[in-house]
Parts: sequence; C-alpha cells; structure tokens
Amino acid sequence: MTASTLDVPAPTGAVGEPVLEIENLSVDYGYVDDATHVLRDVSLTLHRGEVLGLAGESGCGKSTLAYAATRLLPPPGLITSGSVHFTDRDGRRTDVLRQSDAELRASRWRDTAIVFQGAMNSLNPVYRVGRQIADGILAHRPGMRRREAWDQAASLLEMVGINADRLRDFPHQLSGGMRQRVMIAMALALDPQVLIMDEPTTALDVVMQRQIVEEIADLRQRLGFSVVFITHDVSLLIEIADRIAIMYAGDIVEDAGAEEIYRRPRHPYSSALLHSFPPLRGERRELTGIPGAPPDMHRLPPGCPFAPRCAHAMDVCREVRPGLTATALGDRGAQEAARRVACHLHDPASAGAHGLPPDLSR
Amino acid sequence: MRFAVRRTIFYLITAWAAVTINFLIPRLMPGDPVTALMGRMQGRIDSNAEESIRVLFGLDTSSSIWQQYVDYWGLLLRGDLGLSFTFFPTPVAEIVQQALPWTIGLVGIATIIAFVLGTSIGVAIGWRRGTWADALLPITTFFSAVPYFWLGLIAITVFSVTLGWFPSSGSYDRGMVPAWSWEFVGSVIYYGFLPALTVVLSSIAGWILGMRNMVVTVSSEDYVTVAHAKGLPERTVMVGYAARNAILPQVSNFALSLGFVVGGTLIMEMVFSYQGIGYTLFQAVNTQDYPLMQGCFLVITLAVLGANIIADFVYAALDPRARQEG
Ligand SMILES: Nc1ncnc2c1ncn2[C@@H]1O[C@H](COP(=O)(O)OP(=O)(O)O)[C@@H](O)[C@H]1O
Ligand code: SF4
Ligand SMILES: [Mg+2]
Repeated sequence: MTASTLDVPAPTGAVGEPVLEIENLSVDYGYVDDATHVLRDVSLTLHRGEVLGLAGESGCGKSTLAYAATRLLPPPGLITSGSVHFTDRDGRRTDVLRQSDAELRASRWRDTAIVFQGAMNSLNPVYRVGRQIADGILAHRPGMRRREAWDQAASLLEMVGINADRLRDFPHQLSGGMRQRVMIAMALALDPQVLIMDEPTTALDVVMQRQIVEEIADLRQRLGFSVVFITHDVSLLIEIADRIAIMYAGDIVEDAGAEEIYRRPRHPYSSALLHSFPPLRGERRELTGIPGAPPDMHRLPPGCPFAPRCAHAMDVCREVRPGLTATALGDRGAQEAARRVACHLHDPASAGAHGLPPDLSR
Repeated sequence: MRFAVRRTIFYLITAWAAVTINFLIPRLMPGDPVTALMGRMQGRIDSNAEESIRVLFGLDTSSSIWQQYVDYWGLLLRGDLGLSFTFFPTPVAEIVQQALPWTIGLVGIATIIAFVLGTSIGVAIGWRRGTWADALLPITTFFSAVPYFWLGLIAITVFSVTLGWFPSSGSYDRGMVPAWSWEFVGSVIYYGFLPALTVVLSSIAGWILGMRNMVVTVSSEDYVTVAHAKGLPERTVMVGYAARNAILPQVSNFALSLGFVVGGTLIMEMVFSYQGIGYTLFQAVNTQDYPLMQGCFLVITLAVLGANIIADFVYAALDPRARQEG
C-alpha cells in the first residue's frame, strides 16, 4: 500500500457530488492571429471532499489552468471558450466565468482559495502577516471588527503549527516553510470549499515538503474542503491524491484513481512520467528520464503532441489528435471503466494487430 | 533603532566631509583672487571681518593648516560665514538666510506638487496599462525633454509678455512691505505661480513614468494576484498592494533628484530673476563674491543632505526590510 502509509487518515476515496466542473476550457496567450493555444478544450471535474492531483512536466499548462479557472489569468492570457461551474453547499451552481465583477469579488476566497506557486512572493513584503490574513477576512465580513479578524488570524496560524506571535512579523522574517504555512492558513481563513494549490512545496526541501503535504491531508480531513493539488512531481501526488489527472502540452491525457495510475498507467506519457521520479515511499523502481523535451506550444504539430517522444507512436498519431475516451480495457470492471485516456493505442481500430503494449495493460 | 543610529552616524560623517571639502577648495584654488579682491576693499573692511575672511579662505598663512581648520569650524558653528564683497558689509549668513526661504518655499512646494501629482497619475496610468491613458505619456515626456530655460522663456513670452496674466520676474509686488498679510501672501503666490508651474511641468514626467512602470511591474507580482484572489476591493489592491510597493523606488529617486533640484533652481531663478539662493549664487559668481559663493555652496550642500536624511527615514518607515538590513 503506497497511498495510505502516512500517519494521517488516508484519503477516503469516496466520491461526492461535483464541486468544481471545468468544461472545454481553452486559453490563448496573445491576442493576435498567432496566439499560443495553451489550453485546448480541457475538462476536469473536482468532487466534494476529493483531492485531485494535476501533474505534468513544467510548461504543460497546469498553472494556466488554475489561473483560468479562477479568472486570475494575467495578460496576455485570454480565456477563449469553456465554462467553470462551482456548486456551493446548498447545491447552487454558478458559472465562475460569467459572474459579474462584484459577484466574483464576493465569491473569491470564500468559495475557492488558492495557494500559489511562488510562496516566497505571495506575501506583500511591506505588511505584517497578520494584517494580510485579516484583510482577506474583513473584505468578506464587512461588519467584523479588526480585533476579531486578528484573533481569527491567530487561531489560523496556530492551526498550521505557527506560534501566534508571528502575526506581527513581516514576511522577510519568516523561513520559506513558514511562509508557505502562512499562505495555507490564509487560504483557509474563510473556510473555502475548494483549495487550489499550485506547486505548494516545490521551493521547499524534502523534509519540509513532507510536513506540508501531511498537514494539508490532515487539515482536509478535519475541515472537509476539496483540493486541486498541482505539481510536476507525481510521486508526491501518490501520497495525497485520491485521483490524478496527467497533463501534457495543454491536454489532459489521463484521468484515473491515484492508485490506478500509479500501478497501472494506461498512457505512455503517464508511464514515462512515473518512471522519472523516485517515489517518496513504496517499492523502488528504475528511474528513466523521458527522452526529448516538451513541445513548443506555439507550433504544435498535428496529431498527438507526445508523438515525437513516444516509443509506441504509429502513423495515425502524427495525423489525428486523440480525444479523452475510455480505455481499451473497460471490461475489467467499474474502476477501469471510469478511467479516461487520450491515446490511439486504446482505439482498437488504430492500434490494430499490435494491441496495447504490456507495460500499459497491467 | 539601530537603523536610526547607523544612518545618523553616516550623515554626520557626510556633513563633516562636505564642510571639510568646502574648507579645502579655496585653499587649493590656483592664484589668489581673494587677496586681489581684499586689496580692492582695502580700508573698507574692519579688522575683525578681515580676520574671519582670512580664516575662511585660507589667507591666514601665519597659522598651521590644522589651526586654520579648527578656526574655520569655530566660525561656522557661530554662524559666521564672513562678509559679502558685493553687498558689503552685510554678513553672508544674513544674505543666505534671506534667500533660502524663497527657494525652499517655491522649489520645495513645486517639487512636492510634481511628486504627488506625478506619482498619482502614474498609478492611474499603470493600473490601466494598455488603455487610452497611456496616450498621456508622450505629452508629459515632451515637457521634460524641453530644456528648462527654454520652457521658462516660452512661459514668460506667452503668459507674461503676450497675455499679461503673470509678472515675468521677481517674487512679490515691490510696492508692498513684506508681512504676514493676505495681501502680501497673495502677491507671493501670484508671482510664484509661473516659475512653480514651469518647475512642475518639467519634472512631472519623470514621476509619472517612473511610477507607471513600477506599478506595471508590481502588478504582476504574486502578492498582487493573491490580493485579487482574496477578493479585496479593486481600490484596496491598487493602493494598498500595487502602489504601496511601487512607491518605494520612487522615494529613493526623490532623494536622488533633490541634488538636481538645486541645479534646476539656479536656472529657474535666473530666468525669473527670483530672489532665492540660486539667484544669489548667480550674482555671487558674476561679481566674484567669494565669501557669498562659499556660503551658498555650503548651504546648498547641507540642504541636499538634509533632504536625503528625510527621504532615507521615510523609506525606512515605508519598507520594513530596509530597517533591518545589515
Ligand atoms: N505570459 C505568457 N505569454 C506567453 N506564453 C505563456 C505565458 N505564460 C505562460 N505561457 C506558456 O504557457 C505554457 C504553460 O505555462 P504554465 O501554465 O505556467 O505551465 P506549468 O504551470 O505547467 O509549468 C508554457 O508553455 C508557457 O510557455
Ligand atoms: S497517441 Fe500515439 S503518440 Fe500519442 S501517446 Fe498514444 S501511442 Fe503515443
Ligand atoms: Mg506552474
């Protein structure tokens, strides 16, 4: 068992109702005709209480997806199509992309909070951390007194294991790990239902990474929010995620249970990605890098974007872009039937006599 | 606290260096114009004044350089800058004391207006980058690209000579007696308007451009994105997060630019015959009034130093990182 070796309660795996549904989201960088299409019709669903891992090499569009889904995309990023539906606890469903500015401001942080990639720069250097936690609370609780907001900030800090004295510190007085904890405390200030974490541990050392991951798992268990955990390090996801989506060149190429992906990858890229990181726990496996480099998103060739690096590439791969569909092994039971993969190997018509290679059909 | 002590020591050393250079320069000057001028003044300078001029200008060859240096400090600390040759026998200290408030009042207020206005406009343009607001930039840049004396002369030609709206020179109606009356203050403002306007016009572009670019840079910082993500009102994000951080380099530039303000003052006061320290220095140079020149230099140096001290402490008040560096 690799998924439940942590000291904290293991993810339940119980799938609730959808809380965040990203549908056919497309994002371009640049406004002119030769804009880079960074996301192309990406669909992804986060369920209530779930930890969804989003993995892929650097530059594949993970952050872009997080920013677009929260409408925080910096220029020249532009959402060209799609919808992002959020469902609150009462079952009310709203399209975040079509909210007015006022509605958006009111729902931000309360519905979906984010911890960004650069924890080092996520705190305003000229304000005390207490003030930065408190101003987020006060923006959503107009009647609340400053004193109360600071008290709340103090208990949030203690919740993530930081002494409340630190409220009066400036960001530069905190270590990297502490700053990241402050960001997590800040994100949980309004008891959000969705927490998006973009590489929350990338800048930290391995020990600190583990502590933070355990802490997130623990907090989620206690507070019951759902998490989108973004990282380029899949081995970290095995520890915390219920489900994992693998991204490549702006596409989701595989979407399945964490355990499933880890033990039985169905996409050549997922398999390669798993073999390029040492697992934090569990059996050791041979490390092999992925040959070649991610494609230039500005001029993607037609067909499967992974084709130039894929050991199983066929003629059809260079012409037709594979869609996200059921695997070729759907008859193996409900879990297998729920999996989605974007690869021609799973299309019996294209794969032909070769069928699925053994390493992808375990 | 340690910060304040460290900065104070730094500035005391700088002030000491400035005064010492002021002491050394006349002693290093080739030839001896002062002795020549003293010769011309012979008989009109009383022996006490002559003594102080000798000490100030290093003509006191009878005592050692160390003794001269000590005497020089003694005179300065008593506020004795010698007597002006041109306005003999008025003490230099008195002339400087009369000229300084005019410069500080006019240029100081104009500089503050330019800084505050330019910085605010810069925030507005930077926050709405890529919109029509950017069209304002070339206009303001034009005014800063025009040499100052040219701008001043055009202003005089248009507003004083042609339209007759403002006086072309002076600092108040010569028919009035200086007093703290509404009438007199009104006259000072009326006379100061055109010079102040030209100073603001010529310097505002720098503040606008600097602030605009900083706001654009800071707007893409993660902490600004976080502020948006928290759902803070847009004004709070703009002022409290973007502008609050973008202003830091602006404050350092303010301190740096104060040095240039003095040079600008000189030209402005010449163009408008304004009776400030710059005009006084100009007159002193014209009439080879060495004691007055030296006095002006000293006061200008100390004023720039003082302004830098203020800017330094303001910066420290604004940026917690600056307070504990080192
Ligand atoms: N401002 C930008 N302008 C143009 N392209 C960009 C910009 N920001 C990101 N990209 C492109 O978008 C792609 C995805 O970037 P990103 O979402 O940051 O990837 P990840 O988070 O997976 O590392 C990259 O290929 C990058 O080159
Ligand atoms: S579609 Fe073809 S190239 Fe792409 S991953 Fe599958 S086998 Fe490889
Ligand atoms: Mg990223």
